[in-house]
Amino acid sequence: MAFPDRIERTVELAHPPATVWAALTTAEGLGAWFGNEAAIDLRPGGSAWMRWAEEGFTAQMRVERVEEPSVFGFTWHIYGLPEDDPRRTYVEFTLEPSGVGTRLTVTESGFAQLPEDLYRKAYDGNTDGWAKELGELAAYLDAA
Amino acid sequence: MPPEAEAAGGPDIEAVAEQVFTALADPTRRAILAALASGGPATATDLAAGLPITRQAIAKHLALLAGAGLVRAEPGERRRVRYRLRSAPMQVAQQFLAALARDWDGPLGALADHLDRSAGGPTVAALHETGGDDD
Repeated sequence: MAFPDRIERTVELAHPPATVWAALTTAEGLGAWFGNEAAIDLRPGGSAWMRWAEEGFTAQMRVERVEEPSVFGFTWHIYGLPEDDPRRTYVEFTLEPSGVGTRLTVTESGFAQLPEDLYRKAYDGNTDGWAKELGELAAYLDAA
Repeated sequence: MPPEAEAAGGPDIEAVAEQVFTALADPTRRAILAALASGGPATATDLAAGLPITRQAIAKHLALLAGAGLVRAEPGERRRVRYRLRSAPMQVAQQFLAALARDWDGPLGALADHLDRSAGGPTVAALHETGGDDD
C-alpha cells in the first residue's frame, strides 16, 4: 500500500542504553534534544508534554509502554491535523545494546488509520458538524 | 480493497487521497474548494461571481468534485443547488501529508548530539577503544 502507515529509523548511538533511556524518558532529556521544555509521568497511561518555544507549539503525549531500558512507547496527536482530531499515532523507541553503545530504533505508526468513529462521523454524519454546533450555540443564546 | 481499509471499516483511503490530490492539482478546482472552505456552501452562480470563469465551467468542475465525494450538492431547484465542502476526504489527505512531513531524522540527529555533548569525550573514546565488538 502506497499510503505510508509506518515510519521507521534506526541509529547507532555511542552511549549505553541506560544513558539513552534517560534522554528519552526524563523531562530533562526530552527538553534538551527533542523539545525545549518537557514534563513526563513515566508510567503506562501517564501523561507527558513537550513544548517548542520558537514554534509556540506544545505536543501532548500519553505514555503507553515503559520497559526500562529497552522499550518506551507513547501516543500523540498527528502533527498537522486539527487540534480536535481524535487520530493519534503510536511512537515506540526500542533500545538494544550494541557494543558499548546502543542501537536505537524509532517507529511511528498509525498514519493510515481511519477509526470507526471518524468513519461514521465523517462519511455518514457528514458535514452537519458546524451546522449542529451553530444550532447549539443559537439554542444556548436563546435560552440565556 | 486492501485488507487495511476493510479492517478500518472504511473506504479505500488510498483512493480517497488520490481523488483529493487529483482535485487539488487543478487551479480552478483549488479555487472552488478554497471558496467553499472559507465562505461556506455556495451555488455555482455564487462561485462564478468570485472567480474569473463562467458559471458553466464552474458547474462542470462542481459535478466532478461531487462525483469524487469532495463536495456535496444540497437538494434544491437546479440553479439554486448549493454545494458544500465535504471535509472527510480532506482529512484523509491530511494524514498522507502528515506522514510525509514527519521528520524523525532531525530529532534523532539532535539526540546523538545531545548525548555526545552531555557525556563529553570519554564515552566516544571508550567506544573507539572497544569498537568492533559488535561487528
